[in-house]
Amino acid sequence: MSNDGVDTSRRRFLITATSAVGAVGAAGVVIPFGLSMNPSARAKAAGAPVEVDISKLETGAMLTVAWRGKPVWVLKRTEQNMKDLPSLDSTVADPHSDVTSQQPEYAHNEHRSRDSRANILVMVGICTHLGCSPTYRPDVAPADLGDEWKGGFFCPCHGSKYDLAGRVFKNVPAPLNMVVPPYKYLSETLVLVGDDKGAA
Amino acid sequence: MSNMLAGLLEWVDARFPLSKMWKEHLSEYYAPKNFNFWYFFGSLALLVLVLQIVTGILLTMNYKPDATLAFASVEYIMRDVNWGWLIRYMHSTGASAFFVIVYLHMYRGLMYGSFKKPRELIWIFGMLIYLALMAEAFFGYLLPWGQMSYWGAQVIVNLFSAIPFGIGEPLSQWIRGDYVVSDATLNRFFAFHVIALPFVLAGLVVAHIIALHEVGSNNPDGVEIKKNKGPDGKPLDGIPFHPYYTVKDIVGVVVFLMFFFGIIFFGPEMGGYFLEHANFIPADPLKTPLHIAPVWYFTPFYAMLRAVPPLFDSQFPGVVVMGAAVVILFFLPWIDRSPVKSIRYRGASYKLSLAVFIVSFLILGWLGTQPVTVIKTDMARIFTALYFAFFVALWFLPKFEKTKPVPERVTTK
Repeated sequence: MSNDGVDTSRRRFLITATSAVGAVGAAGVVIPFGLSMNPSARAKAAGAPVEVDISKLETGAMLTVAWRGKPVWVLKRTEQNMKDLPSLDSTVADPHSDVTSQQPEYAHNEHRSRDSRANILVMVGICTHLGCSPTYRPDVAPADLGDEWKGGFFCPCHGSKYDLAGRVFKNVPAPLNMVVPPYKYLSETLVLVGDDKGAA
Repeated sequence: MSNMLAGLLEWVDARFPLSKMWKEHLSEYYAPKNFNFWYFFGSLALLVLVLQIVTGILLTMNYKPDATLAFASVEYIMRDVNWGWLIRYMHSTGASAFFVIVYLHMYRGLMYGSFKKPRELIWIFGMLIYLALMAEAFFGYLLPWGQMSYWGAQVIVNLFSAIPFGIGEPLSQWIRGDYVVSDATLNRFFAFHVIALPFVLAGLVVAHIIALHEVGSNNPDGVEIKKNKGPDGKPLDGIPFHPYYTVKDIVGVVVFLMFFFGIIFFGPEMGGYFLEHANFIPADPLKTPLHIAPVWYFTPFYAMLRAVPPLFDSQFPGVVVMGAAVVILFFLPWIDRSPVKSIRYRGASYKLSLAVFIVSFLILGWLGTQPVTVIKTDMARIFTALYFAFFVALWFLPKFEKTKPVPERVTTK
């Protein structure tokens, strides 16, 4: 290419400027395209609270409801279960539930539930490892879980274990205790999952 | 008549390089004359890609990407659509066949050093194809909306939420389009599976072949045939791809199709390895199946994920190890420092390393299908270490490796 009469520095400037403006435009369109993949307004609105009737829930039994598409367990623990909890403190990773993201303040205690009805556990039944739903294993010392097992939750996906307060045991894949959702009692037998405003 | 055809070809050639492309890629593409069994899998992969596209198009005509309709629409295809069962089983078996072929194709590359200079880009394009194929298979597996579809997607999308620094959770929500795997997720995975990734795959396959035909094929001796050209400028050890290798590959195609349709007709679920039993139950977001495992082609990496314990309250290290197991393969051309390509002329250290690597990969694959136990976790840790040890060995051992002299010309045995 000959350079007769061509101002190459001006040409380089124009090429650079045009490319830069074009690149900004292309980057600009990526933003709406990318954001369109985030949860839509409808998906965000779908998280309405759920009422759970626990009048027929027997001691030792657990029921499952769907809240925001996730399983939420309501478990009525036995007296023995409640007594066992402190004895597990040395084998669970976060015995005092000090990771604040995993439960509301009123469940920041040994039993991870509201003090008014301490034996009722309300918990999102999703393993904190990779999101499987663990299995409720109330049986004591079963063959597959060992002699030390006093009842709890076992995740079939990657073998994480939790006690009956959803506290994760040490040396399993899951890093955190299972999540206690916001909840409150509307009456003696009615739990509202997903909302705790104005509750005592 | 033949005059008219010749005229038509001339007319086209003046406007589009038809004859030129035919010559460059088929009738005058010179491939080494000593190709063996291991050289069937490239063309077979192309065949399976075409089969997947054709059966996939037919499946979309009856499939509904909607969480309330998807499971039933697959059953509808299986029971009521004319020949729907055949098309669907061809597609599901084709997915597994694709991975069998690609794994054998990659193993061929490892044996004969086909990833080495000057073929690094062929290898990298190939690895990108492998990556795109894994994504394609993952997206496709959600579509039947069975239990395993659902929970498999749940686990894999949650791998991204393990990324620390507050990136993970928004990223996994962005992938799902919801707080859990849901209709929004199914709908977008359908879009990725039928439009986005097939385009990417096709483009990468073209790049893979263009790069191959630019450099020329490697061969079981790892000898560059372009170094020995006859007076006509053609490689002495080369033969035109067409008709020699097109005819050879047809034999491979026939044998492959015998196995392929044997599986489709007599064992399309392959005992739960190709189509998992739990996937015959519709997706239930409240209940995880008692034993979940990915489809067999992901299990080696899944075993590695499970083998790594959490560190600093995070499962991210397991995800990193699993990702590294794939990413490290991209760097193979630079990790292996031996100048000798083919295993035929490499020392015992390479043969042993490769054998340990393959055995580790297979055992990890088996472990990934099994429920977790203490012994199996320990095994997975050992074989994960051996998997990575291969790359360390490739970097250090060539210094001490006793290689045999590489011949000037290809051999036939």
